[in-house]
Amino acid sequence: MRYLPLTQPDREAMLGVIGAETIDDLFVDVPAIAQLDGPIRDLPMHASELAVERHMTALARKNLTAGEAPFFLGCGAYRHHVPASVDHLIQRGEFLTAYTPYQPEIAQGTLQMLFEFQTQVARLLGTDVANASMYDGSTACWEAIGMARRVTKRGKAILSGGLHPHYVSVAKTMAKYTGDHLETSLPTLSVETDIDTLIAAIDDDTSCVVVQYPDILGRIADLRPLADACHAKKALLVAVVTEPVALGALKSPGEMDADIVVGEGQSIGVGLQFGGPYVGLMGCKEKYIRQMPGRFCGETVDAEGKRGFVLTLSTREQHIRREKATSNICTNSGLCALAFSIHMTLLGEAGLRALAATNHAGAVAAAERLAKVPGVELVNDAFFNEFTLKLSKEARPVVRALADKGILAGVSLGRLYPGADGLANGLVVAVTETTTSEDVETLASALEEALA
Amino acid sequence: MNTINQSGWRPTTPETCEGSTGTFTGNRALMLEEALIFEIGSTDTTGVEVAEPAEVASRLGGLARNTPIGLPGLSEPETVRHYTRLSRQNYAIDLGLFPLGSCTMKHNPRLNEKMARLPGFADVHPLQPVDTVQGALGVINELAVWLIELTGMHGVAMTPKAGAHGELCGILCIKAALDAKGEGHRKVILVPESAHGTNPATAAFAGYTVEDIPATAEGRVDVEALKARLGPDVAGVMITNPNTCGLFEREMRTISDAVHAAGGFVYCDGANFNAIVGRVRPGDLGIDAMHINLHKTFSTPHGGGGPGSGPVVLSKALSPYGPLPFTERHADGHITLVEEETVGDRHPHSFGRMCAFNGQMGMFTRALTYILSHGADGLRQVAEDSVLNANYILRSLEDTLAAPFAASGPCMHEAIFSDDGLPEGFSTIDIAKGLIDEGYHPMTMYFPLVVHGAMLVEPTETESKAALDQFIGALRSVAERAKAGDESLRSAPHFAPRRRLDETLAARKPVLVWKDPELAQAAE
Repeated sequence: MRYLPLTQPDREAMLGVIGAETIDDLFVDVPAIAQLDGPIRDLPMHASELAVERHMTALARKNLTAGEAPFFLGCGAYRHHVPASVDHLIQRGEFLTAYTPYQPEIAQGTLQMLFEFQTQVARLLGTDVANASMYDGSTACWEAIGMARRVTKRGKAILSGGLHPHYVSVAKTMAKYTGDHLETSLPTLSVETDIDTLIAAIDDDTSCVVVQYPDILGRIADLRPLADACHAKKALLVAVVTEPVALGALKSPGEMDADIVVGEGQSIGVGLQFGGPYVGLMGCKEKYIRQMPGRFCGETVDAEGKRGFVLTLSTREQHIRREKATSNICTNSGLCALAFSIHMTLLGEAGLRALAATNHAGAVAAAERLAKVPGVELVNDAFFNEFTLKLSKEARPVVRALADKGILAGVSLGRLYPGADGLANGLVVAVTETTTSEDVETLASALEEALA
Repeated sequence: MNTINQSGWRPTTPETCEGSTGTFTGNRALMLEEALIFEIGSTDTTGVEVAEPAEVASRLGGLARNTPIGLPGLSEPETVRHYTRLSRQNYAIDLGLFPLGSCTMKHNPRLNEKMARLPGFADVHPLQPVDTVQGALGVINELAVWLIELTGMHGVAMTPKAGAHGELCGILCIKAALDAKGEGHRKVILVPESAHGTNPATAAFAGYTVEDIPATAEGRVDVEALKARLGPDVAGVMITNPNTCGLFEREMRTISDAVHAAGGFVYCDGANFNAIVGRVRPGDLGIDAMHINLHKTFSTPHGGGGPGSGPVVLSKALSPYGPLPFTERHADGHITLVEEETVGDRHPHSFGRMCAFNGQMGMFTRALTYILSHGADGLRQVAEDSVLNANYILRSLEDTLAAPFAASGPCMHEAIFSDDGLPEGFSTIDIAKGLIDEGYHPMTMYFPLVVHGAMLVEPTETESKAALDQFIGALRSVAERAKAGDESLRSAPHFAPRRRLDETLAARKPVLVWKDPELAQAAE
């Protein structure tokens, strides 16, 4: 077994030092009923690298990959080009095989990277501070709702209909146990977002309003009036960004006075990976940091006065506070945060703005082209790189039919909102720098045929 | 002069580096200082080339960004150098033994990385039609079957994103099961004093009151005290087995039976599964739910603090309450995904969704690759070698370091020592920092809380006997220096990229983001 360095003579010599006859002597505390007498039956035995690679490659081949097809899926996970150096650097053993940096003297690499990451994220989201990452956008979104409860000491959160339905679903699950009251609604296939409805719903019991920017249908609305309305009732505004590249072109939520901004960082550096691991982004106004969950990296000095970094404010965390912690979170998404940070450093502000401009221009051109297909209507007025089409037919079977032709046409709202009749004809289409104009033409022709 | 690091490279002696680095750059040969990207990058620099945007009228709804973001860029060569330099300031498994107890820092095979990067897994969107992702669903399903078989349980929830997320999943299953039985009034979860901090934090999050269960002098759960506390208000217990003192809970089956008889459920923290994988099935011990840290037992990388992955195996009693989504394999081999849409028919009692999409797919691919490499026989050998290595360390050092449970029987995959016997003014942290100078990552310190100045050493099975012997020599040397009152230990490490860092300052005046010093000064 290639991962086990002990030889049989080693094992025997070591048993001798221990004073045990056989390995079984070391398992004497396991009751006989729970002892297996040999390898578990009916499971395969060890296999060579070559054999394992064959098996896994065969499984991989059963998938239609995004790179093989005209590809238009988004809704919380986006396909972007990730520079080759990102994946190379995150595979350096010193990053890949390091632990959480609890011993700062020998973890400055990870810690400095986290400090840089926190600063990049805070600047991108427009918040004063950001933490060292969360599991993903959906769990970060729920944690923001919990944080708003602790800050305001109120238990009613109003969730926009434009919030990703999986994020709503996660929040609903958690709220069942924490006792938070959630007001939720479905989106409508209309040009306007539900900002005005949200403003009208805020009352003295509201802890926060949660709004996605751009929203699940790709729509964009000014968050400033909503922030003002929240603050007038002493509630917080939580903004959710599932496509961080958008913030290269759009005003940040922090700039529009959102109090907590969370996001899914997958777009930058991480890749699609069938849904995970991803990286949750979370930033807030400075006055709320002690209610924030997750890890923070902070600057300090060492005994010689040199600048260095440590994990800090850990008195909020489970390993110190146990049942009184702000959250039970222990792990962050370190390696994905590293990928995000490296990609962001390669982009820089100039690169991010250029990337955002290319995404937006490609999406505008695609939206205008697809809107010309008979039976297709563009729902959005404003959008970044994702927009919603209203088809003359139910979108889900259309998506399935196009997949059979090797076209991954987008996300049907029937998949995200099963049973919601008013949404069944909606198709959300994302266009990034990886989408070519030929891809758009292919999709347009296929849609035309499918809708005829 | 101090001569502790007899072999191997060392940049300079403590005397000469005290107070002054002595070089123009602050570098010490291969030990290179690296500035922050905010100090070396500029917002005009980029390391990527992006296609020119098509000429179209913007449709950003009047919300185009009109202020600078402040994101520095570096060219590609500078980026590669920046992160390579930073990486060299980290300790890692690839550099040496990483004896963090309860963290299972084992070798991370590179085949795992290669397989996870196959485009068929890495370049697939979570919302593609299921017919186009049969291979990805196949990985989830195949790994699920392995986890069920290895643990002897009934079902598994694959979506939890880390160990603590898995704990939450298990506790929510218990709560849902109790609610379904009309026993929602059970409000207490019993947790041993030696538990990981995530256990009480998780139980509290789910609305439970946490009560401690005492340990016996030999380092195991006090079964009589536990039984005495059971009653109609107890929802369940959360037990780590093997426990954080490195011992197997001999009475686990008795505990489970007593908890079940009293109407509660048994959660097992599976952080220490490495000690028993392939040799003992938790399902045979009456466990109802247990999370499995794929980044511990199944070798997916820790990555400097994540991402983790924490599937939860469930008993027959709890399986109906597991989260969405999950895979379902049909007789013809086709795999479907059970989501909110189909849940009513297939899984009506699910407590709901814990995260967007399908869990940590990238980690599933790695873990399955590892499991297939080892097979059922290799995994059993993993448990045996990990336990052998830990006992070897325990018995080799018990003459030098106090081993509070040395008489409690063999340890499992980790050996515990205490600071008992160290002279006044010396503590566990000094041993730990002394180990850094010897070229090791320290063991887990001051945990579990039930042992004074605990040092929890988990070597894992991927260390050779030679590597263990060198580590034992180093730890013995440091312990003897502490016993001899060697003051230089109290300021160790001397040879790391940084000396001891001021954590109090960091917490008192938090600096969590970089600010331009000139702007920061102007603001004050």
